[in-house]
Amino acid sequence: MRAFVVAVFAFLYLPIALVVLFSFNAGHHASEFTGFSVQWYGKALSNPFLVEALKNSLFIATTSALLAAVCGTAAALGLQRVGARTRALFDALLGAAIVVPGVVIGISTLVALVQLFAVVNPFLASLWPTDQPPRLALGYGSIIAAHGLFSMALVTMIVGTRLSSLDRNLVEASSDLYATPLTTFRSIVLPQIMPAVVAGFLLAFTFSFDDFIVAFFVAGAQTTLPIYVFASIRRGVTPEINAIATIVLAASVLLVLLAQSQLGRRKPSP
Amino acid sequence: MTAVPDIEFRAVTKRYGAVTAVSGIDLAIPPSAFVALLGPSGCGKTTCLRMIGGFEQPSEGQVLIRGRDMAGTPPYRRPVNMVFQQYALFPHLDVEENISYGLRQARPRLSSREISLKAGEALAMVQLAGYGRRKIHELSGGQQQRVALARALVNKPAVLLLDEPLAALDKKLRTDMQIELQNLQREIGITFVLVTHDQEEALSMSDFVCVMNGGRVVQLGQPSEVYDEPADLFVADFVGKTNLLSGKVAGLSGELVDVALADGTVISARKRAPLSRGEAVSISLRPESLSLSVPGGGSLKGIVRNRIFLGSTAEYAIEVQGIGSLLARADHGIGRGSLFKPGEPVAIGFAAGAPLAFPQTKNNGTNQREDQHVEILS
Repeated sequence: MRAFVVAVFAFLYLPIALVVLFSFNAGHHASEFTGFSVQWYGKALSNPFLVEALKNSLFIATTSALLAAVCGTAAALGLQRVGARTRALFDALLGAAIVVPGVVIGISTLVALVQLFAVVNPFLASLWPTDQPPRLALGYGSIIAAHGLFSMALVTMIVGTRLSSLDRNLVEASSDLYATPLTTFRSIVLPQIMPAVVAGFLLAFTFSFDDFIVAFFVAGAQTTLPIYVFASIRRGVTPEINAIATIVLAASVLLVLLAQSQLGRRKPSP
Repeated sequence: MTAVPDIEFRAVTKRYGAVTAVSGIDLAIPPSAFVALLGPSGCGKTTCLRMIGGFEQPSEGQVLIRGRDMAGTPPYRRPVNMVFQQYALFPHLDVEENISYGLRQARPRLSSREISLKAGEALAMVQLAGYGRRKIHELSGGQQQRVALARALVNKPAVLLLDEPLAALDKKLRTDMQIELQNLQREIGITFVLVTHDQEEALSMSDFVCVMNGGRVVQLGQPSEVYDEPADLFVADFVGKTNLLSGKVAGLSGELVDVALADGTVISARKRAPLSRGEAVSISLRPESLSLSVPGGGSLKGIVRNRIFLGSTAEYAIEVQGIGSLLARADHGIGRGSLFKPGEPVAIGFAAGAPLAFPQTKNNGTNQREDQHVEILS
């Protein structure tokens, strides 16, 4: 039994450990460790294509996570005011959205966007006075939209959970002390749910930063870091790839831990 | 009374779906009084308080504060403040920020010097000077209670609403806070409306007790009035301890009525409602109005079953043949002469005018509607 458990964990984590180990390899080959070095990190970060992909990924992750945090929080607040039946329906839909496979999200988002462009672009062209109308196309915008949409469900779930544990009396007390609903939201509700919003943002960021499947479908000509890694792997696994993977891994683990610590922040019991 | 009442209910009814929580209440709460809304859980007292605060809207009728109809006025525009049952202090703010929360909403804005001055005064008033920078979770229950009080009173409301404020405190602290609340009310001179299910608390603290049952006001009066002259059987039973004996009307003469008990004994009682000959009645006899003596005199005879020694007094459970168990309270006096032992036969007497006769009603005590209401609240 114990051996079995060890085998399972080894199977799970050994490849990751190897990637991290070989990212510090002095040699050129991913199969034999010849000495410790950080040269591949330097090589990776001086590769202009890679840096471009990294910048894209950071931009897309930040924007889509912000979008998800704002819209998701708004949705969670709105869902508080609907009836129990509507609420249950939306909760189920949110849960479903989170377990839908990436491939399905990717394809469906792509199809939806292409259909949308097919309608909107001729319309824009007919309105535009010059010969060069703006054209909506796959790219930054579509990746941000796809990631934001998925992450929004995540944020709505996390913030919704926090909201339902919020003491209703605090809102009433604020109202009793002459605070308008807007002031109550700003000074009481928002500070109480902030850890959940931040955690939601961090998880949304991590998802977007790591995501390959959805981005691959809707990226158009854009390259994100995971797409770059996928493309360059066809030319063979280099220690440079190991270095990138290690950076992505470290960033993701850090962000998820940060999100966990935000969610674990207990409101001091009154 | 010519002054405008601080709080007035005019035919107020509150329904939750098919359940009526408050039905047709008319009530005027005089200015500068300490008023307790007293009743069992689900009697509508908290609903009344929440309608004053603006957290609930009456289904019918009007709630007036200082003569102004409050229909459609949200809580944040009402000149009242509430001390919540679990205090509802803002956990992310410190003590002073909690207390100055209401002051910060004032328009035109108060200067920050003025705000901190007033907050400091409020802290001193509840004996928490120097606690301004403490976090809420660093305070004890009693201290949190004081912060909640200061947070409400610092705004100088027309009326202070207290929702079972002492329920979460232990007995010793509760007694201290009762005295403190009474003193505060006298000092500040504004109306306090206290909701409680604890009749002792209501009697000891307030100038007026408003006894509620089944969504209605049963009696409004001074504590001594409510205790000595209960309006009906429910009040007699709910406020203070009492013995209830059932019997039938045997004779009527003015304010007095002769009641034949189950064992044939006839007791003369004061009637608290119109009665007719032969009607089934309940007689209320307060434990302290019973006097015990060695067998010989007295109206009833019984045997001591239990004795509960309470220091200055002792309570006796006495078994009376054909009637049941009676509770008697007597000074135990000096020396052991007046202490009766379990098993001893005693004669029970009472002062003329002490027994009160009420018509027997179907819904003395809690009725079904209240139970439904409790479910909705929980």
